[in-house]
Order: sequence, then structure tokens, then C-alpha cells
Amino acid sequence: MEPCLENKTLQALNGRFGGAIRECGLDKGALVAIAARERIHEIISFLRDDPELDFNMLIDLFGVDYSRSQPRFEVIYHLHSLKRNERLRIRVRIEESDCQLDTITDLYAAANWLERETWDMYGISFKGHPDLKRILMYEPFEGHPLRRDYPINRRQPLIGPNN
Amino acid sequence: MEKTEEKTPEQHTETMFLNVGPSHPAMHGVIRIITELEGEKVRGAEVEIGYLHRCFEKECESVCWNQAFPYTDRLNYVSPLINNVGWALAVEKLFGVTVPERCQYIRVIVSEISRLVDHLTCIGAAAMELGAMTAFLYFMKGREYLYDLIEWLTGARITVSYVRIGGVKGDLPEGFAEKTRAVLRELDPILREVDKLLTRNRIFIDRMKGVGYLDRERSLSYGITGPLIRAAGVPYDVRKDMPYLVYDRFDFEIPVAEDCDNYSRYLVRMEEMRQSIRIIEQALYSIPGGAIAVDPYGKELVGADMIEKAKLGLTKDYLGAKARVDLTLDGTDKKSAARVNLVEKREMILPSKEECYGNIEGLMAHFMLVMDNWGIRPPAGEAYQAVEGANGELGFYVVSDGTNRPMRARCRGPCFFPMAALHEMLTGYMVADIVPTFGSINMIAGELDR
Repeated sequence: MEPCLENKTLQALNGRFGGAIRECGLDKGALVAIAARERIHEIISFLRDDPELDFNMLIDLFGVDYSRSQPRFEVIYHLHSLKRNERLRIRVRIEESDCQLDTITDLYAAANWLERETWDMYGISFKGHPDLKRILMYEPFEGHPLRRDYPINRRQPLIGPNN
Repeated sequence: MEKTEEKTPEQHTETMFLNVGPSHPAMHGVIRIITELEGEKVRGAEVEIGYLHRCFEKECESVCWNQAFPYTDRLNYVSPLINNVGWALAVEKLFGVTVPERCQYIRVIVSEISRLVDHLTCIGAAAMELGAMTAFLYFMKGREYLYDLIEWLTGARITVSYVRIGGVKGDLPEGFAEKTRAVLRELDPILREVDKLLTRNRIFIDRMKGVGYLDRERSLSYGITGPLIRAAGVPYDVRKDMPYLVYDRFDFEIPVAEDCDNYSRYLVRMEEMRQSIRIIEQALYSIPGGAIAVDPYGKELVGADMIEKAKLGLTKDYLGAKARVDLTLDGTDKKSAARVNLVEKREMILPSKEECYGNIEGLMAHFMLVMDNWGIRPPAGEAYQAVEGANGELGFYVVSDGTNRPMRARCRGPCFFPMAALHEMLTGYMVADIVPTFGSINMIAGELDR
């Protein structure tokens, strides 16, 4: 990641949140900020509500499992500002022992289903989510499939009226 | 139909839960909508997805980078070439390479053909569900012409796997440009005919106007992109705002409607089809690299005939002649491969057969790309590439750890977001409005569930 000193968004983030932004810059042409998990709701709230930054769309929210490095999981937010045509990627690393983040469903309606999918696939729960349940898998599914330690050919217990 | 709020009578009433789907003839694919009805009015709805979840992201982690293309075909299966292009661009971003210019034009042309196919399917199916069978069949006829083109180019109609990391499978065959122009000339009257049938049709307008309303702010909060957000007055299109390939060289417009209802979405898609036709025509006009020289005598020979004559020793005119081969192998010979593939990147793209069987370096390059545990190895890192899919911003986020398999392959399917908002679009309308609203979202289950 190369540093990007003149970008207004990164300057505003650094100026306001200082230590909570671990690293930021340009990664293959994309603005990236690596944030601390404790203040993620505050950071995204600031990005959305500040009239000069105005990140009014949540484009994507998903997890990544780096099974071989610590902290194990990473949650990535892609925010987009329509007015300034700018895209920002926020990466938050969380450990396996405490894989929980604050929800942003109060900020963006898209976060509802996206956080459900991250919960379903990785087991990362979102505190304050109105209805955190599985979305792609069926309810009695055991495990979180996109984790690296979930083997792709694992069988599940049979479900249905006769089981 | 406008959204109405009525006072319920004083007597005891109960709402009824109606389960639409997952297996339902009017649902495009497998979706379950649990609606809470009060008479004919929908008081609430909940949408359940995941019936077509085929573990795209998990499977991509266990195959090599180029082997993910058949999986991407099956994401948005009505416009598979756009998915292919998106995946290829994301991985090429990891490498930090750009494909040759002719390849970029070819990718633009096939993306726009796919977009035409998707919009024809969407509007055709939506019209059929309202009873307009004629419009559906006219669009299916137009779609067949486009499928003929795609089949000629790639070998298949929908599961194409045409794009490769670092290029495409093969160059455009001889005569592709003329045939495409002929197809576009055929499509134009079809579009006009269905326009005359539907756009000012009283029944169509009554069924679609004012139905499925979701205002602009809510749509943006849901992260909706594509024709649905353009029908809400937001001119956001990845091709214009974050241009990729050679879209910035073409002159086309982004149709925007203001009313945020089903009728606006229909108008936006109809106009987008015309803009796609414009892009294809411009691309065919300015695509670099003309026809490859045919044989010096201008003769086109059939491969089988050549072999028969060669058995008799009649090989006088064959030196340098180009045989007409199987249509699916068209464009894959050494000369045309050099125009569309990054041939200098031996670690990325398969060498042409002449190279592979002709010299040892080609054979080694082929071996090292194909054999197990070899393959293309992008440098470790992450990359995100957004392309404009037929339903909105289709994004691929790929993480590489330097090996020949992806570490993470995330697909941001554009249908996911309007489906999250579907319950809001259905509430307050009638049961009969479920079908046109759902049809106007153009949900493709492959892209939604991945």
C-alpha cells in the first residue's frame, strides 16, 4: 500500500480518528484505510454524515479469513460517495476469540442483509443487528462455511420430517 | 395503481400469510416471499434467499485462477460474459497488467451483447407475466440472433467461459463484424415494435406505473445500483464513473428516469439497449487490427478437403493457406492469438498450439501453466474490480497469497441489494403487483445466491 497524503478523505479520517486508523493509502488505485474495530461505527458514521465526505452508499460488506495470520478475520467495507465519485475501502481485523463488531444497520439499510451473510459465512456477529440469522444457508446448518477450516466436502446431518 | 392506506373495519380481522415460492412459475428462479396479506393488500413481506447457493466463493478457493471462469459463467447466467470479464479484470489488476487493445475492444463488444441479452430477457419475461406474450416472443427472437453470435464466437450460448486471465479464448472469427452489424440491424425493428406494443399501452402503464416504488434515498441506502437506481434519478453507471476497458472512448448516454417505479425501470432498460447497440457499433468501427491475411490466393479451404487432397499428393497451393477449421477453434491460431492475448506474459497466458508443439519454450510454458500445483500465480495482495453488470455494479474482490489458487474470491452481486429492499417495494400494494415488481428487479438467482 502506498501512502496518499493529498487525499481529502484520508486526511479527514486521520485528523479526526488518529490512532484508530492504523494505516491508510492507495492500494492498486483504491483508497484503503485499516481501522480499529472499537470505533468502526463512529468512523463510518462520520464518513456518511460529514457533508464534505458524504459517503452515502454502502457498496459491500464481507469477511475474509486469513487462517494463517493473526488476527484471523478481516471485515471489509466498501463505501461510495456519489457526489464526489470516490470509493473507500475500510478494513477491520478481528480475532477469532472475539469476532464481533458493531452493526451499521442504523447507517445503511444494505448492511442488514450483508451482515447476515457475513454472520452466516464466517460467524462474525454484529452487535445490535435487528435480526441476525442465516441468509444463504438453511437454519439448522452447522458451522460457518467460508471459514478456511470448513472442508468443502463436509456432510451435514440430514434434516426433514423423517430425521 | 397507487399505494393506498385504508382504515381497517372495527370487526376482528386477521392477516393471512401467503407463501410465494420457492418453486413458483412466476418467480424467476427460486425465491421465497412470505407475504402477509389483508385481502388483496400486502401488509408485509419477508424474502428468503439461498435456494440456489452453490458456494461460488468457496469453490473458487479450491480451484486455480483460470478454472474459476466456468463458475463465473453461472453467476449471472443470462449475461455470463460480463461476469467473465469482471473476474478477469480483477485478477489482471492483481498482476498489474492490461490486456492488448484489441482484446479490450472484444471484451467491450461481448459485454454489451450480454447486456442486450439480459435486458431482452428481463423485459420479455416481465411483459409475459403481465400477459403480453407477443412482446416476449419478439424479444426471444431477437435474443436468438444474439445467441447465434455468442455461439459462433465462444462455442456456447450461456456457459461460455470465453475470457481468460490475460486475454480471451480466441479472436473474433472472420466475418464477425459483418454478422454483428446485420444482427443489430435486425434488433432495431424488434425494439421499435415492442416499444410500440408496450410503452404507451394502457394496460401496461396501469400495471407498472406507480407500482414498486422505492424512493431515491432509500434506494441509495440499500446500495442499489444499475437500472434500478437510474430509474430513481441517479445517473450512476460504472462504465462512466469508474471506466474500465475502453469505455471512455465511446460516446453513449446513461438513461435516467425520475419516478422510481416499475415503469421507469422498464423505460431505462429499453433505452439502455439502444445505448448498448451504439457502443457495439462504435467498437466494431474502431477495433484495431483488421482481418488476418487469408491465404495469398484469397482462397478459403476446408481442413478436411485439404487433408484428402494432400493424401493424393495435390499440395501445390497449400503452403501458407489458411484452412477453415471448426467454428469453435476459429481465432485461436498463433497470429490471431498474438493480437488478443498478452503473449509476452508466459506465466499468465497459454501459448498458442503452434508455439506449444513447435518449440520447447512453448511446451514448457504450457506445462507450467496447466499441470497441478503450477499455474498462474498472482503476487500476494488484494484487488477489487467493479464492472457494470446488467443489474448494476458487479464487483469482484480477490485476495491472493501468491499461490495458484485464490485465497478469497468475493462476488458483489448486484441483485442482492434490491432483493433486500423488495419487502419495502411490495408493502402497501396488491398481490397482483408482486409479479411485476419482482420482474422489474431482474433478479437472477445465480447472482443473488452465488
